[in-house]
Amino acid sequence: MLVWETWSLAFRRPFQLKLLVHQLFLIGVNSISVVLISGLFTGMVLATQGYHQLIQLSAENTLGKFVSVSVVKELGPMVTAFVLAGRIGASITAELGTMKVTEQIDALEVMATNPVKYLVVPRFLACAIMLPILTLFAIVFGIAGGYLAAIILFDMNGLFFLKLAQENLFIDSIVVSLIKASAFGMAIASIGCYKGFTISAAGGAEGVGKSTTGSAVTSLVTILALDAFLNHLLHTVWGLQ
Amino acid sequence: MIWIENLWKNFENKEVLTGLELYIPRGETLVIMGQSGCGKSVLLKMITGLMQPDQGQIWIDGEDVTTLTRKALNRTRRKLGMLFQSAALFDSMTVGENVGFMVSQHMKLSKREIDEIVAEKLHLVQLDGTEHLKPAELSGGMRKRVGLARAIACNPEVILYDEPTTGLDPITALEINRLIRDLHEKLQVTSVVVTHDMASAFSVGTRMAMIHQGQVIAHGTPDEIWKIDNPVLQQFIAHENQHQN
Repeated sequence: MLVWETWSLAFRRPFQLKLLVHQLFLIGVNSISVVLISGLFTGMVLATQGYHQLIQLSAENTLGKFVSVSVVKELGPMVTAFVLAGRIGASITAELGTMKVTEQIDALEVMATNPVKYLVVPRFLACAIMLPILTLFAIVFGIAGGYLAAIILFDMNGLFFLKLAQENLFIDSIVVSLIKASAFGMAIASIGCYKGFTISAAGGAEGVGKSTTGSAVTSLVTILALDAFLNHLLHTVWGLQ
Repeated sequence: MIWIENLWKNFENKEVLTGLELYIPRGETLVIMGQSGCGKSVLLKMITGLMQPDQGQIWIDGEDVTTLTRKALNRTRRKLGMLFQSAALFDSMTVGENVGFMVSQHMKLSKREIDEIVAEKLHLVQLDGTEHLKPAELSGGMRKRVGLARAIACNPEVILYDEPTTGLDPITALEINRLIRDLHEKLQVTSVVVTHDMASAFSVGTRMAMIHQGQVIAHGTPDEIWKIDNPVLQQFIAHENQHQN
């Protein structure tokens, strides 16, 4: 119901552009450093693990392809979504939950302002827009992490690594990755807002704490389930690479 | 102005309101009294459309708020202002943004015009020059006064007060009572005050109603309320007075 109402209000006047820009800033600018560091280390770990597996098949030269395909198709959007589920999803629940138990959401309603339009829509749109952008950064830094591991730890030819990484990057794969990231963003915002809105006013600080934890856990599980569903839909049904 | 007809509300098999009837004439300040949990705040939530009754109607200016669409309900809500028990100020905004919120959302005015309205309303509650402060920087009494300034920002016809003096020291409570009386005289509004603070009730009310077991058991002017020979009412007044002394 909340998602449906959010969709129906998102494209109806008056648009809360100021609030949307504020949320884009909060979600994007404040999360970028964590996403970049997570992406970098994910790429490094992937290259390290991949190298030891590939060397057994005498295919260590294909490490660039292995890293780029894995990061673009799965790890880029997943790592970004996981970081934001913990950072943004939980914070949305805590913020809205506190507003609920301190009657601020009731105050909005009494002042003839729809809380879904005012609080949920900007967060929902900001997550849907910002997740794909942050995912692109995570992909670039993931491949960079793999590159650094390859040349520093395994003394590989950096140019060859990058050539293979680039040759196996397809527009389809990037589009799939960004579609998934946007869907993860919508899920994180919806779950965060829903958990915040459904806290009982009598729950107090304890209720806010429980819902915040619940929000992060539910988001993580939902992201995994959504990933499985979207992979099947986008690759098998729609035939994207 | 407000007419409440045969109102019923149940919470998990606990009957809170059982056919409550109440009429609030225009321009009066009605104080609703009753023990904790008797349904006073629930009644306010129903008047504002935050909660739906199980049965019954609430008429505000000839419109039944229990059956209105969201759009129509929001139109009716623009006639209302509410001071919440905890003031319910928006933490993320300044005092000025809180007071000007409803004006900026629903009236097409320039920033300068909104600032003028904010300054005027803050002057009415004697908080001139506090526009830039955050709610966290305010005392309990100041928060209530900012909540009151926010409630009157759009010149409502009805102001609802949920326990306006609860949690305040006696001096600040007296100030809030005086403010409620002043606003009633200056703005000529209809007010509904929910409280179990007897000093506040007799200080601000032009009419009073006592809720007991989900119904209004006494209704009248403060002078009439003193004289009503109802043991529950008299015991409540005596007990609350004793508690406050």
